[in-house]
Amino acid sequence: MANDTITDLGEKQKTLLGADELILNMGPQHPSTHGVLRVKLKLDGERVIGSECMIGYLHRGVEKIAEHRTYQQFAPYVDRMDYVAAVSNGLGYCEAIEKLLMVEAPPRARVIRTILTELQRIASHLLWLGTHALDIGALTPLFYCFREREEILKIFEKYCGARLTTHAFRIGGLQYEAYDTLEKDVERFCKAFDSRTKDYEELLTQNRIWLGRTKGIGILKAEDAIAIGATGPVLRASGVKWDIRKAMPYAAYDQYKFEIPVGTTGDTYDRYLVRMEEMRQSRLICLQAIENIPSGPIMAKVGKVLKPPPGEVYHAIEAPKGELGYYVISDGTVQPYRVRIRPPSFVNLQAFDQMARGHLVADVVAIIGTLDIVLGEVDR
Amino acid sequence: MQGVIQATMDFVKQYWAPLVCSLAIVAILPLVAGYIVLVERKIMADMQARLGPMRVGPHGLLQPIADAVKLLIKEDIIPDEADKLVFWLAPVLSVAAALLAMAGLAIGPAFQIAKDINIGILFVVGVSALGIFGIVLGGWASNSHYSLIGALRSSAQLVSYETAAGMALVCGLLFAGSLNITSIVQAQYDQGIWFGLLAPVAFFTYLVASIAETNRAPFDLPEAESELVAGYMTEFSGFRWSLYFLAEYTNMIVVASVATTLFLGGWLRPFPRTTWLNFLDFLPPLAMIGVAAYCFMRTPKQPARVQQMFMLAVAGLCLAVALVLAAPLVVPAVKPFHDGILGAFWFILKVSLYIYFFMWLRFTLPRYRFDQLMRLGWHFLIPLSIINVLVIGIAMIVGQYFNLTGGALLLTTIPASIIALIVALFILASEQKSEPQKASAAPDSYA
Repeated sequence: MANDTITDLGEKQKTLLGADELILNMGPQHPSTHGVLRVKLKLDGERVIGSECMIGYLHRGVEKIAEHRTYQQFAPYVDRMDYVAAVSNGLGYCEAIEKLLMVEAPPRARVIRTILTELQRIASHLLWLGTHALDIGALTPLFYCFREREEILKIFEKYCGARLTTHAFRIGGLQYEAYDTLEKDVERFCKAFDSRTKDYEELLTQNRIWLGRTKGIGILKAEDAIAIGATGPVLRASGVKWDIRKAMPYAAYDQYKFEIPVGTTGDTYDRYLVRMEEMRQSRLICLQAIENIPSGPIMAKVGKVLKPPPGEVYHAIEAPKGELGYYVISDGTVQPYRVRIRPPSFVNLQAFDQMARGHLVADVVAIIGTLDIVLGEVDR
Repeated sequence: MQGVIQATMDFVKQYWAPLVCSLAIVAILPLVAGYIVLVERKIMADMQARLGPMRVGPHGLLQPIADAVKLLIKEDIIPDEADKLVFWLAPVLSVAAALLAMAGLAIGPAFQIAKDINIGILFVVGVSALGIFGIVLGGWASNSHYSLIGALRSSAQLVSYETAAGMALVCGLLFAGSLNITSIVQAQYDQGIWFGLLAPVAFFTYLVASIAETNRAPFDLPEAESELVAGYMTEFSGFRWSLYFLAEYTNMIVVASVATTLFLGGWLRPFPRTTWLNFLDFLPPLAMIGVAAYCFMRTPKQPARVQQMFMLAVAGLCLAVALVLAAPLVVPAVKPFHDGILGAFWFILKVSLYIYFFMWLRFTLPRYRFDQLMRLGWHFLIPLSIINVLVIGIAMIVGQYFNLTGGALLLTTIPASIIALIVALFILASEQKSEPQKASAAPDSYA
């Protein structure tokens, strides 16, 4: 394979038996690179002695597109970044622009946003769990996860008509009033979800093979995680208690009680446990939120044409995969001067090399899975 | 000229039964393998809250045929850089070994190609192990890194687990005192108890090792689809790919048949000499009648006329089988012939349950990592199986000394099995202590 010419993976290293190194190209078409990630691995037998992630296969120039769209027109584009958590992307963008406009969404809109975003977090984590388990060879959890995710997508569909790229929120609030049985649907989902998480745990949490495949794999120390700027479950599993929902509350998160699960060792198993617990916490937030949805308007008073005053703003939310930040500069026209997006997957992916080094090929797929990357977001 | 014709006639006269049987195996086995795939997909679907194949034929029953046609008419792709001859030869080798192993097996006393070869089990095990050449050569010839890694994994895995499997088989052979398949089953009849019950640890070892040998989950590392795309099969497509598939499923049937013959009493019913269990002989026809009745009852509920016809046909078929199985109750004259059919029923039932267990594991468990697989093999299964041979041998001598036979042998073999397990676990624990977490943490030389 003529892949040695593309980039160099450094000096020739000593291999265990003095054999030649093997360069293995994983992706961009590979069953477990979660899209079009391409990983170049330098192998000694099956052991990884060097790796390089190559990205950009899904680059669509989202940030540049923003400069040629009005503020409202750009909102659907952010759904296409992390396409398995479109609601969260939308929330971050809408709130960033609201900050720029110096308006606040009304309380009712904020609570409904919180409910949908937390459901989206559960959906995103379910997709992660299913694919991660599939990468490690457990076939069945995927279908159970999709069964539950389907319920969430049905709620989205009932709310805004779309399932995946929802464009659920508008700058200043919501376009759609909550449909009549939203609370009931969410409650029914949450009630059923509790016992269903137990199903996954039975299949995986205490499974000896699962423990063997995830414990001690891809350890990311807290200081390393902070140094590369990792956020979300990847950071928390390393033992750093940092969650923007608590640290800088947005939407309606300051009203609800929830725990931030943290791990201890920062290995793949810890990240698994953290995400599992996050799903349960999200479920609790949803249950609290539907108990008391305030009445009132769903849209703040914003004009039909948005012309934020010149200035800049950075707003970050805790997306399912970590800190999703929007840095927006306005020059006073209807179009943003610049939108810089800080995608959590992109930043977390930096940890890949130090996590994978010294492990086996089989662990590489476990590590890609545990980082929970979405290439739409990495490449933008 | 006369001599040649005479010789040919003699040959045909002498070997017509094996010839018919081998033709049947070559012609029918691909179909059987295809339907095992369908059953696997249906079971998987059932466990995963979905329906599985539903489109081709009623409940997807014609899916294997559709798949076969699709695979046959697919473009035949050979990678440019591949070693063409070996690439062509490898899948053929794989499937030939698997089919050849079937020759030594016996589904019932009457159904066997290579009749009463005195090295029966050894032949089956040896020939089926040859299939590994197809995998290694195929992986090598594709000139792809994924294929190469898959092939290497496969050979290492077979070498490790064949040892454990062989040792487990030795335990069964100790009881049987023969390698001949008919004699092995006869020995289990004489003892009145399956060898799997006399040597549970050996059965367990063989069960695990046979899963690894056939490259099935959780030991399906050579073709681990999430790591190596498809392992040694990555570059194969169309008919060549389906040959590998056929070999894999045939191998499953082979290992299941070996286990059934040696540990599960072959074509004997459970506890063949316990007279109060004689009613079990009526079970096969009754079961078939039950299935027929179920199909008959479901017929009016089928939405389409075709489906109704189909259900009726299935019910009719089951009734016919039940009639054949129940024939000697009415006509005692066919009894000897009938024993063979009854035996085949039990044999196929046991093989099916064994394969079902394979599938069940596949849908339930995650995949082992390569070093973990090797550790399980070398640090646990091989010591366990060797110790087990030793203690079972001692148990047999003790049993002979006290003139124990049949179920009474359990008095010596069960404690022996427990001792073997404890010793093996002890070895595993001490080895884990001596090399703490070597595999999971990165070795220092790479840090």
